[in-house]
Amino acid sequence: MIIIGERINGMYNDIGKAIKGKDPKPIQAWARKQEEGGADYLDLNVGPASPNKVEAMKWLVEVAQEVSDLPLCLDSTNYDAIEEGLKLCKKPAMINSVPAEMPKMERVFPMAVQYNAEVVGLAMNEEGIPKDADSRIALAAELVATADTFGLSPEMLYIDPLTLPCNVAQDHGPEVMRTLREVKLISDPAPKTVIGLSNISQGTQNRDLINRTFAVMCMANGLDAGIVDANDKELMSAIATARILLNKDIYCDSFVDVFINHNR
Amino acid sequence: MAVEILKEKYRSKVGEVVLGATREQGGTRSHTITVGGETSLPYLHFEGETPNKPVLALEVWDTAPTEWPPFFEKYYGDVWNDPGEWAQKCVDEFGADLIQVRLKGADPDLNDASPEDCVAAVKKVLDAVGVPLIVIGCGKPEKDNTLYAPVAEAAAGENLLLGVAELENYKAVNSACMANNHNIIASSPIDINICKQLNILIIEMSTAMANRIIIDPTVAALGYGAEYSYSIMERARNGALQGDKMLAMPMIGNIGSEVWRTKEAITSTEDEPGWGEQEERGLLWEATTAMAYLQSGIDMLVLRHPEALKIIEKQIDDLMQDNSY
Repeated sequence: MIIIGERINGMYNDIGKAIKGKDPKPIQAWARKQEEGGADYLDLNVGPASPNKVEAMKWLVEVAQEVSDLPLCLDSTNYDAIEEGLKLCKKPAMINSVPAEMPKMERVFPMAVQYNAEVVGLAMNEEGIPKDADSRIALAAELVATADTFGLSPEMLYIDPLTLPCNVAQDHGPEVMRTLREVKLISDPAPKTVIGLSNISQGTQNRDLINRTFAVMCMANGLDAGIVDANDKELMSAIATARILLNKDIYCDSFVDVFINHNR
Repeated sequence: MAVEILKEKYRSKVGEVVLGATREQGGTRSHTITVGGETSLPYLHFEGETPNKPVLALEVWDTAPTEWPPFFEKYYGDVWNDPGEWAQKCVDEFGADLIQVRLKGADPDLNDASPEDCVAAVKKVLDAVGVPLIVIGCGKPEKDNTLYAPVAEAAAGENLLLGVAELENYKAVNSACMANNHNIIASSPIDINICKQLNILIIEMSTAMANRIIIDPTVAALGYGAEYSYSIMERARNGALQGDKMLAMPMIGNIGSEVWRTKEAITSTEDEPGWGEQEERGLLWEATTAMAYLQSGIDMLVLRHPEALKIIEKQIDDLMQDNSY
């Protein structure tokens, strides 16, 4: 599974303050720390409180790239902020995210093609998050088809089936699993899949256990990428183990260390 | 409407390893040889690059072999009492890209040659030829562990390929390589997991060894489990191209020594007249085995019969023809 490190997000106090005070230290510390934890991408989210999202995103991209060679995942609903960020990215980045809505797709997909960026496509629209798998898959198909008309290959698209916390929407779990499997039948080549993992455990007890169990279940259903806490050692070990059991990595006695260090 | 041809995209590549060192680089080789660097499955030039063609080594022993079939004498009989002359003939006359010195004489059950004798043999070969060298022990770990340090030290600067390291016995040879900047053969018994783990252990001792490892996955001769070796190598190469750095090393195979102990190669024409003439039969067995491994992506082949080497040279030239579109 591709690990997208979630920690550089203005919703966290230290990051929010750092963005406001233009202090690169917490950003860079988390960039390094997530890389050490085994992240493949760094998610950058300026957070809701930031007054000038475009400038904040540009700044985040620059300071993160000063200390890390990892590709970036630009996380914002402000597409101007994403576009300005993309201009500064040294490696092809990921756009996080676009729902199955016009005109948002018309804004995002051409931009993705222009900057050779991957896109997280959300299986939702103006009506919100669907309850069942079929509606999610229909929205995913809409994303794939629209991306294709703008010349973006399904391989560049990561469908997020969207999860809700398991203590309030328990019936979504099996629907998400079915969506992960069936999204792969939409096209050939198939789109990829991604999940913002920690959403599943919002407001629950024993969040870490729920997160890592969910991660492994999703992987067994074909999940390609996760936006996760790359410094949760137990989670990363579970992911490493699932990769071995799914025959994604070749076993060796040091398989956990090898997975965590695979980018270094 | 233009048809887009689907081509496999590979995430990663095989690392390159440089063997030998010229005078400017602190050695005495006339040139260096680079192996590895593939960015696609073997010879799919339309999907990626094979920047370095596979290289061919011939075997040279520090003692005249007594158990090789008699026809080897007409090629090597005049030189096999002197490893330097033997190596020179392999390079000048038979066209070997590099020489593998096997310190067979160190075997306690054979000559029990001392580390000093082994150093002298390696020096002779270094003096006689300009190509990079592979040096391996006699195959008995207790004895080989006494040879690695003196040989590595005596050839310091030459950027040898020294071996072999095994899971149960890798520290002595790895230390010798680390101390004198040589490359290492990491050998595993047709086992992808051990192959990977051994590479990890070698790199744990020194990260500088990461681009100094050549994988020896253990090759079997045709008819003796070659398909197992083949599939392990295929798996390692797929792993490398998908980003598994612990498998992203070039590979070597000791084809000659494996083939020339099979019954198909050593049974004489008199004993089995229906099998055809022994020399032709044996060298074709060697060449056919080697061809199969080329298809699996092997980077270095160690051969024994000069005619088999000629066949494989031609084969490599054909495989290296650009087929991109």
